[in-house]
Amino acid sequence: MISLQAHTLLMVESSRQGLLSLEIENSGTAIGLRVKDGIVLAVEKLIHSKLLIPEANRRIQSVDKHIGMATAGYQADGRILANRARDEALSYRSSNRAPPPLQDVVMRLSLYVQAYTLYSSVRPFGCSTIIGSLDSSGPALYIVEPSGIAYGYHGAAVGKGRQLAKTELEKLKLSELSTREAVIEAARIIYLVHDDNKEKEFELEMSWIGDETDGIHLPVPKDLLEEAEQKAKDALENFE
Amino acid sequence: MDHFPTSWGRPRNEAYDAFNTYPLHQRPNHSKDVFADGVQRTQQPIVTGTSVLALTYKDGIMMAADNLASYGSLARFKSIQRLHAVGNSTVLGASGDMSDYQYIQTLLDELVIDEFTANDKHDLGPAEIHEYLSRVLYSRRSKMNPLWNSLLVGGKKNGKRFLAYVDLLGTTYSASTIATGYGAHIAIPLLRKAIEGRENTLTEAEARSILTEAMRVLFYRDARSLDKFQIATVNDEGVSISETITLETAWGFAEGIRGYGAQTQ
Amino acid sequence: MASTHSTNTYDSDNTVFSPQGRLHQVEYALEAVKQGSAAVGLRSKTHAILLALKRSTGELASYQQKMYRIDDHVGIAIAGLTSDARVLSNFMRQQAMSSRMVFNRPIPVNRLVSSIADKAQVNTQEYGRRPYGVGFLVIGQDNTGPHLYEFSPSGNSYEYYAMSIGARSQSAKTYLEKHFESFMDSTLEELIQHGLHALRETLQQDKDLTINNTSIGIIGPASAHEEDVSDGSFRILEGEPIDVFLKTMIPKDAPAGGDDDVQMAE
Repeated sequence: MISLQAHTLLMVESSRQGLLSLEIENSGTAIGLRVKDGIVLAVEKLIHSKLLIPEANRRIQSVDKHIGMATAGYQADGRILANRARDEALSYRSSNRAPPPLQDVVMRLSLYVQAYTLYSSVRPFGCSTIIGSLDSSGPALYIVEPSGIAYGYHGAAVGKGRQLAKTELEKLKLSELSTREAVIEAARIIYLVHDDNKEKEFELEMSWIGDETDGIHLPVPKDLLEEAEQKAKDALENFE
Repeated sequence: MDHFPTSWGRPRNEAYDAFNTYPLHQRPNHSKDVFADGVQRTQQPIVTGTSVLALTYKDGIMMAADNLASYGSLARFKSIQRLHAVGNSTVLGASGDMSDYQYIQTLLDELVIDEFTANDKHDLGPAEIHEYLSRVLYSRRSKMNPLWNSLLVGGKKNGKRFLAYVDLLGTTYSASTIATGYGAHIAIPLLRKAIEGRENTLTEAEARSILTEAMRVLFYRDARSLDKFQIATVNDEGVSISETITLETAWGFAEGIRGYGAQTQ
Repeated sequence: MASTHSTNTYDSDNTVFSPQGRLHQVEYALEAVKQGSAAVGLRSKTHAILLALKRSTGELASYQQKMYRIDDHVGIAIAGLTSDARVLSNFMRQQAMSSRMVFNRPIPVNRLVSSIADKAQVNTQEYGRRPYGVGFLVIGQDNTGPHLYEFSPSGNSYEYYAMSIGARSQSAKTYLEKHFESFMDSTLEELIQHGLHALRETLQQDKDLTINNTSIGIIGPASAHEEDVSDGSFRILEGEPIDVFLKTMIPKDAPAGGDDDVQMAE
């Protein structure tokens, strides 16, 4: 029995290591900002082939109308988790006839993730998840780790560039930013953590939930995305 | 095997207890189980809505239903809404059992959220919603457990207008003007006369006044109707459902009718 | 298992993370895809096409089937284990029919691809299963136009302008990367020509594309060389009808070099 436990613990440990090394290497940084009146999610989507269609292969997913999530690590695992989160959100709706508070979804999702660390017959999930929402009680943002641990954050970062991203997030006065301002900051941070010399090209993918979207999780509109990218590039030049 | 001797039939001689069972116990009731008579499913609607009317006009479709939910002949709820937007291009109108209708609403709301979270520009239009409902209603009736409604589904997507009917049996049909319930008898002749052949020229204002007139006639003649109703329109701008409209009616003609007003015989 | 991977602590009967965070079983499955003969997919504004190289085990055997029709608007080309492909393509057909049954709507192609990707993911996570040993190129047409997707046993799927899978597919990929920018505005005939050129790159030195070893799958309006195509639904061209397309190929000046092809009976 001990060896079995050791085996699963080893797997949790190695799935973390997986995040630290190989898979994060492939998938790039994801960040989330919880600000005054909303949530912004941003990912550095590394382009492994120029034959890929831009904007088609999304890494940010919707869980419910007002909930969005971004994953770093094994993308296939991330999609399974998103499906599970959707099921949980819908099940909350059918019991309560109300949109689920994020905390409820996160608690259920983290239990699900945790269950995959318990048995020798399954491996843990190979991805970290940033999940955010806006509802009547305001904005909320969590990270769900492969171990099943889930914490709430003002600013969240997972993936390869997360250390640098965290440092940048800590400099911001997140609770005073508007969602629109947070979009600009998020773009800047993603551009900052991307290492041009070492890495493949990347595409900035962003979504937001705020008053401007009527509390619905939507991709950041094209004009705002372009503005944010331009400002990020300018900031990067001044930075260097 | 029933092991209680008194259940086997009473001894002939009431004075002589041949089976020594005194005092006589109550005959136990376990020969009847809950399902002895079979399971009984919905055989009638309980709280009901009356007619829904709909028509196609130049820019889209328009639908009307009053705000009443009756409990038998009692006007039980007088401000319920029987028109429901499904996504951005479809409206659903329901007559029949209101609790079944509310259940259908939750089904559709779940469906809309599923479509939203897919986030791939493949929204469900009125034709898909109608097909889905027809499958749900038909499968329920095939389980001998129908959802007791007549539904109208209307909408406009990619420039195409859509209007169709589906009922508790899963029967479907499509036409340029449709009515359910009592309206199928009373309003349809009026609507057909006003609409057929003019689907592509009728303005929104004309369509609105035709529907209002039909609702007025229904209020005069349908004892399960109400003089408060709503109109839903679907056009290129999307779905909009009006505030409650109150019909103007005149009852002066009724003074001479026996049973109305002050006559004594 | 491929000999290069030899015995490893983390590639036993269960999919397990290695200390490097890798899933060896999944990587072996991806190897199985590379053992299959190549398939190429391309897309324009109006068409999506597939081309595949069919193998035959010998003179007495017929050529393998590389393409399957899923629905009127979806078709696939496979590389890897044919039996796994049949399981997955049957599942895709069920999904497609279910969409038509419930919504009277051709299933959106991205959702169809995601559904098999999610199915494949489960086999990388649970005990007692193995990952699928097959990769697909999926073409389809829906409300949002023609599409090309790659599905792989890792549970990933991506949408591409053009893609190749299977043995020596890297050579085809190199060709596609060089030319894909012109594909969007190509005619069907030009698209097929590009596809054949790309597929040719995967051949062994002494081999050629013939009417026997080549399959072409098309979605979109008919070309001048096709008959009896009333709408743009998926069709597979094989044998005589593809001769006219093979003749449009521009002969290669110098035969391309390359590593040895892996021969494997499927």
